[in-house]
Amino acid sequence: MYAVEMLGITKRFGNVLANDNVHFCLEQGEIHALLGENGAGKTTLMRILYGLYKADAGEIFIDGKKVEITSPKQAIQAGIGMVTQHFTLVPTLTVAENIILGYHDKQTVSKTEIEAKVKAASEKYGIHVEPGALVRQLSVGERQRVEILKALYRNARILIMDEPTAVLVPQEVEVLFESLLRLVKSGLSVIFISHKLHEVMAVCDRITVLRDGHVTGTVSKAATTQQSLANMMVGRETFGVSRQSKRKTGKVIYTVKNLCACNSQGLPALNDCCFELHAGEILGVAGVSGNGQAELTQVLTGLVKPTKGSVKLDGTDLTNAEPHDITDAGVGRTPEDRHEGSIGTLTVAENLALEDLDKFIRHGMLDQSLIIENARKYIEEYQIKASPTDQLRKLSGGNMQKVILARALSRKPKVVIASQPTRGLDVGATEYVRNRLLAERDRGAGVLLVSEDLDEIIALSDRIAVIYEGCIKGIMPAAEATAEKLGMMMAGAC
Amino acid sequence: MDTFIVGLIAATLRVATPLIFGTLGELFCERAGILNLGIEGTMFFGAFTGFAVAASTGSLWLGLLAAILSGILAGLLMSLFAVKLGVNQHVSGLGITLLLTALSLYSFRLIFGESSVNPSIEGFQQLSIFSSSPILGPIFSQYLLTYIAIALIPLVGWVIYRTNFGLQIRAVGENPEATDAAGLNVIRLRTLALAIGGGLMALGGAFLSIAQLGSFTFGIISGRGWVCIALIIFANWQPIKVLWGSLLFGGVSALQLRLQGLGLDMPYEVFLTLPYIVTIIALTLGGRNAQAPAAMLKPYRRE
Repeated sequence: MYAVEMLGITKRFGNVLANDNVHFCLEQGEIHALLGENGAGKTTLMRILYGLYKADAGEIFIDGKKVEITSPKQAIQAGIGMVTQHFTLVPTLTVAENIILGYHDKQTVSKTEIEAKVKAASEKYGIHVEPGALVRQLSVGERQRVEILKALYRNARILIMDEPTAVLVPQEVEVLFESLLRLVKSGLSVIFISHKLHEVMAVCDRITVLRDGHVTGTVSKAATTQQSLANMMVGRETFGVSRQSKRKTGKVIYTVKNLCACNSQGLPALNDCCFELHAGEILGVAGVSGNGQAELTQVLTGLVKPTKGSVKLDGTDLTNAEPHDITDAGVGRTPEDRHEGSIGTLTVAENLALEDLDKFIRHGMLDQSLIIENARKYIEEYQIKASPTDQLRKLSGGNMQKVILARALSRKPKVVIASQPTRGLDVGATEYVRNRLLAERDRGAGVLLVSEDLDEIIALSDRIAVIYEGCIKGIMPAAEATAEKLGMMMAGAC
Repeated sequence: MDTFIVGLIAATLRVATPLIFGTLGELFCERAGILNLGIEGTMFFGAFTGFAVAASTGSLWLGLLAAILSGILAGLLMSLFAVKLGVNQHVSGLGITLLLTALSLYSFRLIFGESSVNPSIEGFQQLSIFSSSPILGPIFSQYLLTYIAIALIPLVGWVIYRTNFGLQIRAVGENPEATDAAGLNVIRLRTLALAIGGGLMALGGAFLSIAQLGSFTFGIISGRGWVCIALIIFANWQPIKVLWGSLLFGGVSALQLRLQGLGLDMPYEVFLTLPYIVTIIALTLGGRNAQAPAAMLKPYRRE
């Protein structure tokens, strides 16, 4: 009998199919990994199990009994606990208050009593917490322990951990794994959501891989390798994409040396990242998501300051430069999140002018007719389906991306930093954006293509760099890149 | 001089009473994450309902009860908009103030007509505790509601900090996601807080109409609700500090009335502005480190 059985789960958000007929079974007393890239539907599936989303179709069985879970309260009653990526703790309350919140059978709350209760639970499960401390003052690792204890205090027999290691430093990860292995021995069943292959292999018994909302397979750890898991995740066992003919590239124009930076939680995300970009080439950066790609583009575009290292464009030092200085120096960018690189409530024309407002000033005022005229030119050139005065937020993703691309490329940049340029676009728009990047390369610009779409990297790049845990693991000419090589490097196996 | 000070203290407590009720009411709402700008209208509505019911039934206690019920109703209305439907809290709060103010005025004209003399009733009598003492006597010659207001401060503190319900209210105002994930009903908690808050606000209004004045006038609240909004920030959302804030404002208000009577050669408007100037100064000094409940103004939806 399974601890949890989810059968035929389907969940739709608007047009996006987040979970497509997903089957998932958790055995009693196992650690079961739910593996997949960002947006594969892992978290959605677990939010359904915890009653935070309602599935459009499908059935859930707990211990063989069919259940309807429509709220976290019912999930807790069914013995399910969830530790989310963003902790659901109240920072201004104490550890003990957070743990008993919603699970206290008296009308009054005595500090000494609840702290004693929490201390007892802490000792019983071997998870150390300070009952009287304010959650606000705890480190992320300590907060996570509070979350786990909170679930166990509610007698959870099934624990969902949503990317528990994402916020932890390595030492804390070890402590977490030890705790989980010990708890499983005493009968807890754990669902471990992750996109990090080595962690999954280190701690899990079985692995279910999700891709684009459906299950690509459930395997036991003994019967699989990191390599085959990587293939199941990205879903491309055959890399049969047409190869670029050997091309001549120009001199080195962009040098990144020993770049280090931290993520928004203050943890190291880039670790001595080094590469050179030539004029007239596309350098693809491949990697499993969350290995520092986002931080790399943020640092290169000036949004995050590096803690170490240097960035040089044609001899000009851009290491700590402000975003507009970087743009002025000749770096064009298309950000990872389209909405971050544009202002939805402004018009298409205004967005197109935004990075270069000085050009549109006449007598100290913005010249609207010039801005509109400029927009008409790019709308035609980039085949944007919109009029200059349309609000940008009303455009489709593809057209929005074209606006951003037009703005970035209109200045004829020496270097183009394209981060996930085709994510979420339809086939036509994807094709257009890719051709544009190729055209930039042919014009002589150096293009840094950061993408989680391996097909895209292989189809477009002249050279391919693999990023793993914030470090460039290796750079190879695209012609030498094979499925095995890239897969192993992306998994950090060599 | 003694009578001046004794009179000042007695008046301070009287002026502070509706402010304590109103601010404690707002405290419940804001601790649960809802800025209730319906407070001005709710106090006005409470003043009217209390007076109208007391005048027509002849029972002050029935009036008081009706006022509390009217406030609970106003709180539930706020909950419908701001909690259940997720309407912007500024808009729904101001809307409720406009609605309840107009409704009270309209109903007052319907019931009492437009006579040139304002209808009045015999309000609550003051209770003297130390009637024989020349100093404590006048100070502790207050309405029952004033004593209740002061007793409410530790009571509300106990509810907020020492009960399960209070813990849940604090949690839902800081992090409704966490509260939801802990298996609690966010909408129910916020609705309860708004109902309690509304009841307290209306009680503050009713104190003015059926205890202090014995009549209902159009200017009976005249901004006291907004003062409560400022006082809650001054109090840093802590019940005990509500007392200090209310006494400060009440004290300066009582003082300015007495200063007007001294015959100083100054326009009386200068004295009238005094309590507000002191409030602004106190707010800038005391409110610097104020930390509002983190989830205030954000409607909660479970995606």
